[in-house]
Amino acid sequence: MTRKQKRLTIIGLAGAVLAAAIGLVLFALNDEITFFTSPTDLATGHVKPGSRLRLGGLVEAGSVARENSTVRFRVTDGVNAVPVTYTGILPDLFREGQGTVAEGKFGPDGVFAADTVLAKHDEKYMPKEVVDALKKSGHWEETEGKGYPKGN
Amino acid sequence: MIVEVGHYALVLALTLALVQSVVPIWGTRVGDPRLMAVAGPVAWGQFLFVSIAFAALTWAHVVSDFSVANVFENSHSQKPMIYKISGVWGNHEGSMLLWVSILSLFGAMVAWFGRNLPKSLYAAVLGVQAWVATAFYLFVLLTSNPFARLLRAPMEGRDLNPILQDPGLAIHPPLLYLGYVGFSIAFSFAVAALIEGRIDAAWARWVRPWTLAAWVFLTLGIAMGSYWAYYELGWGGWWFWDPVENASLMPWLAGTALLHSAIVMEKRDALKVWTILLAILTFSLSLLGTFLVRSGVLTSVHAFATDPARGVFILGILVVFVGGSLTIFAARAGTLTKGGLFAPISREGALVFNNLFLTAACAAVFIGTLYPLLLEATTGGKISVGAPFFEMTFGPLMLPLLLAVPIGPFLAWKRGDLLAVAQRLAVVFVLAIAAILVTWWKTRGGPVLAPLGVGLAMWLTLGALAELAFRIKLFSEPGVALRRAVGLPRSSWGTTLGHLGLGLLLFGVVAESAWKTEHVLVMKPGDTLQVARFELTLADQRDVAGPNYDATVARFVVKENGREVAVLEPAKRTYRTRRMPTTETAIATFDGFSQLYLAMGEPQGGGVAMRVYWKPMVLLIWIGCLVMSLGGAISLTDRRLRIGAPTRARATAAVAAPAE
Repeated sequence: MTRKQKRLTIIGLAGAVLAAAIGLVLFALNDEITFFTSPTDLATGHVKPGSRLRLGGLVEAGSVARENSTVRFRVTDGVNAVPVTYTGILPDLFREGQGTVAEGKFGPDGVFAADTVLAKHDEKYMPKEVVDALKKSGHWEETEGKGYPKGN
Repeated sequence: MIVEVGHYALVLALTLALVQSVVPIWGTRVGDPRLMAVAGPVAWGQFLFVSIAFAALTWAHVVSDFSVANVFENSHSQKPMIYKISGVWGNHEGSMLLWVSILSLFGAMVAWFGRNLPKSLYAAVLGVQAWVATAFYLFVLLTSNPFARLLRAPMEGRDLNPILQDPGLAIHPPLLYLGYVGFSIAFSFAVAALIEGRIDAAWARWVRPWTLAAWVFLTLGIAMGSYWAYYELGWGGWWFWDPVENASLMPWLAGTALLHSAIVMEKRDALKVWTILLAILTFSLSLLGTFLVRSGVLTSVHAFATDPARGVFILGILVVFVGGSLTIFAARAGTLTKGGLFAPISREGALVFNNLFLTAACAAVFIGTLYPLLLEATTGGKISVGAPFFEMTFGPLMLPLLLAVPIGPFLAWKRGDLLAVAQRLAVVFVLAIAAILVTWWKTRGGPVLAPLGVGLAMWLTLGALAELAFRIKLFSEPGVALRRAVGLPRSSWGTTLGHLGLGLLLFGVVAESAWKTEHVLVMKPGDTLQVARFELTLADQRDVAGPNYDATVARFVVKENGREVAVLEPAKRTYRTRRMPTTETAIATFDGFSQLYLAMGEPQGGGVAMRVYWKPMVLLIWIGCLVMSLGGAISLTDRRLRIGAPTRARATAAVAAPAE
């Protein structure tokens, strides 16, 4: 092989790997991403049932009910609330009135079936998506650079 | 007073860094050896003053001086001493102070071990190192001052986030930072070489030990973090494709590519431009990781309380260093001379193959991690990119690479012979196929891909061992094999162990993902549960008081064939100061590598919610990482054995690096 052929072989291989990588990424970005929604988005019918979603908001006070290892609760952004079911152990900091993010599918029956539930990691910290959802619905107070959900 | 001394020492370190940023590089421009020689002592001075600053903050934490805001917010007088010390870096300000401490430590080490470098390269490397240091001293002093006082000193602190009160935290961040920051040296060498406009095989020889040391620490740091998440969070997972994990994986992938391309540059004087670019990219990804974690743009376990000013500042550092270094690269790369030729089928070709796939996989992780941020910034749309994306992109890109790993070391430099390699690996190939068939037969009805995964892991581990066996002529001349093994260059052992560790890691990943079992249920005292071949009985539940928490502890008796084999005590703790609950898992290891994993949920109707996992071969995941790191460490000791290399600089660097 000449110098040119050798170089072309390597450039060709690099191009093929690059193309494969781009193809994989585009394909996966089409199929494997999860959109984030607020309870209001779901309640107002902006979302088609059956797709995989992340739902963020506050756990409505007094809404948590347990039955064996299945938990039912409602996630609210202060305007609308969506019922959620989850089977499994909730994270340590899952509490009524606190922020949470549930990942799963929104069924045609209007119930959000979560397979993953996340909560904040310490008492200072609220998932960013939840903050944004609360800001959107106007249930967020900003004081001295620190924000709190209203009525908390 | 001591705290103020610490603060002042940090300011002095900044001024020294400013001197070191300008004077030595100016010296290289005007060719004045006295100006160039300033770099060494000043780098030592920086290290001295930052150490004083770090010691001062540690002292404030140890004596619980709550008049310091950082101590008040993250400590408590009742906290055990080990967490008072590790709590120094268990918060944003302290962890950034640790970052600059490690940076100055590396600066001092370059100043010491690099004494035999050409004078102008020495000056330029330390100069560039000081640019990075200056930026981060400013960051700490202007946006994240750990020494700020409170006007009225409170009586008691607010305690450290309980999930950080774990021995894992004492080790995970320092290891990770030694890795992140260690890559700054490869970066400084690359930029210095571009400034000098001169680069040769010797350059690769100087850079390689530093890269290797940083890589070893990063590997250990990531593995440690993964194991910590596994046992502390109680979700039983060891990798979540969390953006912050990705932030550490990206420099690891680029750093692994750099390690391999530096070999080509060192041995064959080829791939120079690419190696320089990789050195720049690897540290840029480390900076990106720091930005992602410290700016609070991400929702993550690692996000401490956030402040937008910090994010903007680090973004500024990121833009200046990545943009600046790439600009210098674009301007100067053309002046570097072209290196040796090689055929596509050759050791060099194999290492190029490695680099292609590692960087492509790194790019896929990069896109998956940053795409949500980009989308939110441009359209306001919010998405999350989770495990399925990464499994679909990272997995297929790793597959060809893993298949090729055992072949690479068998190929000759310049021009290799695939047929000869195939003959040597034939036995390994047959054994891997046999492993696939046996696994398939034994686990019929299980996941379809798992037997293939086991076969691939077998191919990797046996391939690594086969390479070693051929090198020491284990089968052709068994009589002298032992002597050959002793005389084998340490870097060969490094290759073997590195690839062997990769195989073990893959084996653990495949077994854990394919054959783990999970049970979630409510149990009452006296209830039993059958998991794998074990019978678990909840014996009792009791309340226990710890130093700064109260706990509920459940006692499980584990029986195998009616014989008691273990007692497991998972617990739920509530830390008194923050009223924050944490899950303490209980884990028992069987068959050497498999684990029974118990995590406790909330009490429910006289019983308690439990999560019980059987995780076959899970320990191999971290053992694989340890073996890889060991390979790197052994390879580091190889330096002084090599002939014809610039003498002491390399030799001493290699000896000392693993010791720190």
